[in-house]
Amino acid sequence: MSHAHEQAAHGGKHGSLSSYMVGFGLSLVLTLLSFGCVMTGMVPHHLVVPGLMVFCVAQVLVQLGFFLHMGIAPEQRENLMVMACALIFIAIVVIGSLWVLHNMNAYMMPGMAHG
Amino acid sequence: MNASVITAGHDVAGHHEHHDDGSKTLLGFWIYLMSDCLIFSGLFATFAVMAHSYAGGPTGKEIFDLKYVLGETMLLLVSSFTFGMAMLNMHAGRRGKVLAWLVVTFLFGAAFVGMEIHEFVHLIHEGAGPDRSAFLSAYFTLVGTHGLHVTCGLIWIVVMLDMVRRHGLDGIVKRRLSCLSLFWHFLDVIWICVFTFVYLHGVL
Repeated sequence: MSHAHEQAAHGGKHGSLSSYMVGFGLSLVLTLLSFGCVMTGMVPHHLVVPGLMVFCVAQVLVQLGFFLHMGIAPEQRENLMVMACALIFIAIVVIGSLWVLHNMNAYMMPGMAHG
Repeated sequence: MNASVITAGHDVAGHHEHHDDGSKTLLGFWIYLMSDCLIFSGLFATFAVMAHSYAGGPTGKEIFDLKYVLGETMLLLVSSFTFGMAMLNMHAGRRGKVLAWLVVTFLFGAAFVGMEIHEFVHLIHEGAGPDRSAFLSAYFTLVGTHGLHVTCGLIWIVVMLDMVRRHGLDGIVKRRLSCLSLFWHFLDVIWICVFTFVYLHGVL
């Protein structure tokens, strides 16, 4: 029961039951680790934020790979290019906003900052 | 396999306006999703800037209930998985199972939206509505925009249920289901960032 023809036509993979199961399992574990990091209070304080970032990025990658079937196959080059472009924009918007407004707050004269 | 080739052949013969095999549509939809990503990145940036502008109002630690958020997260995650099951059955040409899994996905998605509305109503009753502080305005806008997207996804699922029921799994229906699948999984990816940066980071 191969779908090679359809796969070629759509330029991507459709995944299989096992790949969805693996993706779901990994997502479940990463979600529980993220919440566990904060809710159990067992993680050393300075490691909580880096831990959250790592689990977040890992789960986004897991879902992109197993659920959205993103890959590095040549047929998917266009999708990857669009995503890379979006990532650059996102980085500029998010990091830029935080940077500019952090500096603005830092240079505010005392008494002017009302939160 | 034979049936799907015949269906695909019928599709090409029957609809001359579509000269491609659906991959261009999926690329176009992907470009839309990335532009949607930009909307969310703007909202995330706003939230990050406003994250400590409480204006004397409640902080994230006081109003967020992580167990409740974990429940919402599980609903959305399971719905993502059940949509995957619908897609597998779509590629296998099993129409009845596609309908069943879409209904299951709809129920989980609807439960998620229900929990979110309940959370919002609860916060507004507590006096922590979007008008209370910049932090809460940014919170309601970001999480509300995601909830609105999920609601649109639910409407789309209902439309697709009707299309699958009426037209079966022909080329057009498959293409639209593929787009909806991308949309639904994409919303789950956005939610991962929401629960990490808004809720978990917010209670620290």
